[in-house]
Amino acid sequence: MHTSDESETHISHVDPAIEARGLTRAFGDFVAVDRLDLTVARGELLSLLGPNGAGKTTTIKMLCCLLRPTCGTASVMGYDIQRDPIGVKHVIALSPQETAIAEHLNAWENLRLMAGLHGFRKREATRQSGELLEMMGLAGRADERVKKYSGGMKRRLSLAMALVSEPQVLFLDEPTLGLDPQSRRAIWEYIEGLKGKTTIVMTTHYLEEADALADRIEIIDEAKIIAVGTPDELKHSISDGRVTIVEAEKLTDEAIRALRDIYPAVRPIDRGVEIEAEAVSLYDIEDVLRPKGIVVQSTYQKQVTLDDVFLELTGKQLRE
Amino acid sequence: MRSLELAKRNMTEVWRDPVSLGLTIVLPVLMLVVLQALSGVDDFFETASLTPGVVLFGFVMLMFSAAMTLSRDRENAFFSRLLTTPLTPNDFVTGYSLPYLPVAILQALLIFAVAAVLGLETAGNLALVFFVLLVTAVLFIALGMITGAVFTLKQVPFVYMVILLLAIFGGAWMDIEAIGGAFQSVGNVFPFAHALAAARAVLIDGADLGAIATDLYWVLGYTAVVVVLAVAAFRGRMLE
Repeated sequence: MHTSDESETHISHVDPAIEARGLTRAFGDFVAVDRLDLTVARGELLSLLGPNGAGKTTTIKMLCCLLRPTCGTASVMGYDIQRDPIGVKHVIALSPQETAIAEHLNAWENLRLMAGLHGFRKREATRQSGELLEMMGLAGRADERVKKYSGGMKRRLSLAMALVSEPQVLFLDEPTLGLDPQSRRAIWEYIEGLKGKTTIVMTTHYLEEADALADRIEIIDEAKIIAVGTPDELKHSISDGRVTIVEAEKLTDEAIRALRDIYPAVRPIDRGVEIEAEAVSLYDIEDVLRPKGIVVQSTYQKQVTLDDVFLELTGKQLRE
Repeated sequence: MRSLELAKRNMTEVWRDPVSLGLTIVLPVLMLVVLQALSGVDDFFETASLTPGVVLFGFVMLMFSAAMTLSRDRENAFFSRLLTTPLTPNDFVTGYSLPYLPVAILQALLIFAVAAVLGLETAGNLALVFFVLLVTAVLFIALGMITGAVFTLKQVPFVYMVILLLAIFGGAWMDIEAIGGAFQSVGNVFPFAHALAAARAVLIDGADLGAIATDLYWVLGYTAVVVVLAVAAFRGRMLE
């Protein structure tokens, strides 16, 4: 469903950045990822969305050559993950879910280490590190050993360490988990800026995050992909008709029954009812309710969220 | 050189951990002083015989410290991050080993310096002694690499105990030839006895390279095998 946006962000579907076929990983009897097919275009931001234990991290670890697939194949920028892991590692970076930093080094040393391991020269590494320290709000304490950092600072540094090598493909495993809203906002903006240039695979169980950043979402549950689409496509997929919320006090059962005579799909909610129908007329509703002494306080269109999509598809909430 | 970048980081970690660095360097020196003091009563520990034993003990500490660093790192997410960079198993072993080499040299020099103060006299070429000890240091660091790559943080101390026992069987504290029998046979299967025999032969009897060749081959052979095994152990750990 990309149209004008797409030409701006240079997503190329000709030669995909990541291609996985039948990717499977079992731990004993437990199948963590089950015959996963995945194609990510160059410059695209794909979000893997799913509850804990759905198989998101296992998928990313296989694509980063940290875990051997039980069966199936995958390639990253044309490098086969099993035949040429070093080739893959030249073009990727991973920001793991856990904070991954060298505690006895300072922030500069941590960043320059990662840049150095990716073959950056010293001057380049320093320039790149300086920019990231500034962006992450760590510049003021960049010479301190990171052991003394707060949890949030460590997480920001950990993320910066994945960005410093300017990877062609970036894997972000829960990039903003446990961050304060300001940090999260800053990181979203940075990721937004990478879109179109860097191919990104991001796992998250923050639906707002996927909604705000992803070009495409794959919903993963119990080791399998159960839905794919842009955020809008996914929302439309579960709600053909539009949902209108009617808020009114003292709504009796009898009144709800009367409403159902006009609109078959009426569900009582906390402070009123939810009506699913192509078109809802306020006049019709008031005609039914006013004679019963019930005053309509407000009516509005309900926004379908990815939460609703997830609930509809899996029968469970993403976050308990 | 990617391995040097990694070595630089590990070197920094080693020098910024003064407690374990101090233990590794100071403990063997203390041991030398104490054992030397004891030998005043009993002639059992002659300085020339004792000094290589103490150096060997220092290397066992070094092996322990290298293994702990690696094993601790492996349990940390930082290590997963390193595994997503283009470092090869060779780079990893080099990057984790190199920082311990200067520590080993410092250890040996310090022990010999203190021994000299305590009256150490050498009959042979001291450079040859240091060469033997350098090869031995590589062997112990490589043992630390295997241990750190294969075992968990909780298991490493047990492996350390085993290596320490083997070093003692090798004659770090006593003359295994004097004890003889099964004790001596077991000791001679491992390279530690040969490293000590070579170092002592040069120090005490003034032996040259030709005279210690056989013992040196034992140590070199073991070192080569252990280095190859350490790389293999690493390779196995890189992809689960």
